[in-house]
Amino acid sequence: MSKSNRDILFDPLVNDNPITLQVLGICSALAVSTKMSTAFVMSLAVVGVLVGSNVTISMIRRRIPSSVRIIVQLTIIASLVIVTDQLLKAFAYEISRQLTVFVGLIITNCIVMGRAEAFAMQNPPGKSLLDGLGNALGYGMILMLVAFFRELLGSGSVFGVTVLRTVSDGGWYLPNGMMVLAPGAFLLIGIFIWVIRAWKPEQIEEDFSARALFEPGDQSHIR
Amino acid sequence: MQHSPAYTLRFAATISVVASIIVATLSVALKDRQERNRLLDVQRKVIDVSGLVRVAGLVAPEIDVTAFDQRRASHDPATSTTAPDNKAGLTRLPDNAIVYHVMSGDDVSGLILPIEGSGMWGTVYGFIALSSDLRTIQGITFYEHKETPGLGGEIENPGWRALWEGRRAFDDDWIPQIRVIKGPAGSVDDAPFEVDGLAGATITGRGITNLVQFWLGPQGFGPYLERFRTERANG
Repeated sequence: MSKSNRDILFDPLVNDNPITLQVLGICSALAVSTKMSTAFVMSLAVVGVLVGSNVTISMIRRRIPSSVRIIVQLTIIASLVIVTDQLLKAFAYEISRQLTVFVGLIITNCIVMGRAEAFAMQNPPGKSLLDGLGNALGYGMILMLVAFFRELLGSGSVFGVTVLRTVSDGGWYLPNGMMVLAPGAFLLIGIFIWVIRAWKPEQIEEDFSARALFEPGDQSHIR
Repeated sequence: MQHSPAYTLRFAATISVVASIIVATLSVALKDRQERNRLLDVQRKVIDVSGLVRVAGLVAPEIDVTAFDQRRASHDPATSTTAPDNKAGLTRLPDNAIVYHVMSGDDVSGLILPIEGSGMWGTVYGFIALSSDLRTIQGITFYEHKETPGLGGEIENPGWRALWEGRRAFDDDWIPQIRVIKGPAGSVDDAPFEVDGLAGATITGRGITNLVQFWLGPQGFGPYLERFRTERANG
């Protein structure tokens, strides 16, 4: 139960990454990762919301009546999301226009509620802050990686700066259209999960349903 | 940890009040700034769609052009009417709208018309520019929408918007024919009335077709364009 602060912060980056291990937050990861600039702002927004919600919920965790705790968590998260959305509209209008509904949809990002329920409800604010930061960075890191490949292969640029001049601009690079579409991100995330699990085999889930099918008598694998 | 129902109610009420105060305060505090951003963006798009622009030829002299907000006007019952049945998803139409004239010397070399209508997730706002023959499209731009980034959101893509340039908005009988089709449309000569569809954004494309045809048609700017044509023909 008591992990060191270091582990709380760094585990979600690779060992317990919300996207590649827990496979959460996929929807927004697919939608806003066509360009690095949008992915970056989205990552910042999630950092803000996740840290804010974890700290706030942790501070009042002993006072929250358990019968209404989910709705209380949602109220806090939703308020933080609206605040973030309003700030973006006021100070980063161009980007907020490109992110459209997806800033608002942070409310439904399972990572935020997941951390509130799984961590902030049981831990003091300091640790919850680190947990929120770690998970948001884990999410942001994957988002940026996906966006890097999608922007480079799909539009030939990195952060809007042309790296591979595309054919339509008079260059040589024929952009990969699939990378611009959502399935491109889906494939990339799949490849990342594969690479990470090849590197850290302990992340591979046991395929217990298949084993149960072939060895009906063997109950040892049931957790 | 068991709490009494009264405590639960009090707690829920407190949280709601605190959260709404924070959200409301921030929203009010940032409203001016956001509004300014929005207007600036609209103005930038107007200039973007067709070079040099100046407002001219006012039909309704009582309106202050610099302060006119078409979106507000179309919500206010005093300055709008219920829209006729339409495919563009519009419920109310403003009584007045700002049309921009593109000037070269003293001649009008193009018109910029505001357009709006339903996309997939929400209302799409933009402008369409017609060149001096009032038939050929000079450009199209969208300054506000809620379409999915990478799919319907590609209506902002300069590459896609460039496909509209030079295509014909109207047929010989002045009926709006321009439409977004599914798949590639071919060159301007091969398909003067058709624009490539956006992959994965069929509904957005259909919405754009409907709203462009609505605003160019008899319920939109059709009568204005007709009057403009006759006035110009009569010198």
